[in-house]
Amino acid sequence: MRLDWEIAKRGWRRYAAYPWATAAGVFTNSIFGFLQAYILLAVFNHRSDVGGYDAADTVTYVWLAQALIMTVYIFGWQELALRIRDGSIATDLSRPLDPQRYWLAFDLGRAPYHLLFRGVLPFIVGALVFQLNYPSPLEVVAFLLSLALAVVVSLGFRFLYNSAAFWLLDIRGVMTVAITVNLFLSGMVMPLSFFPDWLRSVAHALPFAAILQTPVDVWLGKHHGAGLAGVLALQLVWAAVLLGLGRVALRAGARRLVVQGG
Amino acid sequence: MVEPVVLWGRLVGAQIRSQLQYRVSFTLDLFGTFLISFIDFLAVLVIFHNVPRLGTWSVQEVAFLYALSSISFAFTDLVIGHLDQFPQKIRDGSFDIVLVRPRGPLYQVVASDFQLRRLGKAAQGGLVLVYALAALHVDWTVGRIAMLIVMIPAGVIIFSSVWVTGACLAFWTTDGGEFTNAFTYGGNFMAQYPIDVYGPWLRRFLCYIVPLGFVCYFPALYILDKRDPLGLPRVLQFSSPLVAALAAVVAGTIWRGAVRHYRSAGG
Repeated sequence: MRLDWEIAKRGWRRYAAYPWATAAGVFTNSIFGFLQAYILLAVFNHRSDVGGYDAADTVTYVWLAQALIMTVYIFGWQELALRIRDGSIATDLSRPLDPQRYWLAFDLGRAPYHLLFRGVLPFIVGALVFQLNYPSPLEVVAFLLSLALAVVVSLGFRFLYNSAAFWLLDIRGVMTVAITVNLFLSGMVMPLSFFPDWLRSVAHALPFAAILQTPVDVWLGKHHGAGLAGVLALQLVWAAVLLGLGRVALRAGARRLVVQGG
Repeated sequence: MVEPVVLWGRLVGAQIRSQLQYRVSFTLDLFGTFLISFIDFLAVLVIFHNVPRLGTWSVQEVAFLYALSSISFAFTDLVIGHLDQFPQKIRDGSFDIVLVRPRGPLYQVVASDFQLRRLGKAAQGGLVLVYALAALHVDWTVGRIAMLIVMIPAGVIIFSSVWVTGACLAFWTTDGGEFTNAFTYGGNFMAQYPIDVYGPWLRRFLCYIVPLGFVCYFPALYILDKRDPLGLPRVLQFSSPLVAALAAVVAGTIWRGAVRHYRSAGG
């Protein structure tokens, strides 16, 4: 536990080292927030409810999505893949610490940094301009729990597609497909409630919804009591499944690993 | 006048040959780029699954805007997209080398890379354009055809000017690259939708400060023979080439000013 804590602190510090990058990110997320909020609000000129969302739900969704974009790390991550390609993974595997546990601890240190410094500010920008929905104190607790699970699911997924590097020299193609699918089916591009019914069912049957749509729905108070426990349990299941698959991939990959040169 | 173009052609030719060395990898990349560009269009389709019109715009009309913005942006990305890595040149001091060579610094930076796979994005835009034109029944006149031909290079010049201006920020801070993203990738996203859906302040900003409304919105009103929901003067619909020229002059001036500000990191 002590070790995990120390690794997590390094995850935090790595990102805290670039304050200008953080400021620039906040700015960009805010611009995208405005654009998406206005585009989706135009939909509510014609109707007052889309898949159970009213205008305030939708705008809150947009700003939460922009605020969480870094926390749940939707975009490309290839740190593990690069270590596999350059052979450093051999060193990692000989350490008395499992690489997956290392990256999980590192990511759980990174995520709170991104939540505080990349998340809070854009959300405040949105809150100043638009009418947003806010959760009750109890829902905040549920939201934070759901968000933590979302980060674990996200890391589980990233770890899995990175381990493709054991079999492929260049995972750029795999990563592009992984990001595309994740962006669309997690609800980052558009709330899943806007999807046609059949596509929404597909999306909710896959792990990606657990990365963004679920925590945002928890914030919006869309789940109560047993329903809430159910979605949190589902996130937990997806976290376990993806981390489990990642372990299988890591073990299979390590068996066929050949490190070239020195 | 001809010589720089020939030189650029040679430099880019070398880049393309090298990228085609790994055929499988290149094909996958091209296909990946093609695929990922569809996400934004899927978003358009999802919106119109819920409403028949966005403001006064039908799905075919938004597809038209989307396609033209995507094509202009894809060609911009193809020619100067590597400006995203420009802050690296400042940070590691390799911009020094650029300054001592007998060519304009911007010319050298632009000619230093050319990612052919970005054609995948243009192909996707082209496909959506074919769909939009097939569905729209545009009343073609010589003027409208001319506008369609002119608006793409004008759009490329406007996007490029925004990108170059954004890249200048690297002379002051090298890890603020994402500021630029708000106006380049963000700009493409903005131009894909009719600007009358945006709030008044954002809309004015887009018309008169960062002139992204001139990439698609105004010329599209003319081609589609659509009444401007904003009721702005009709002359704006013909102003894209002029705005593009103006944007290029402004971007060039800012760039030259920024280069003078450059202090080497000592690479």
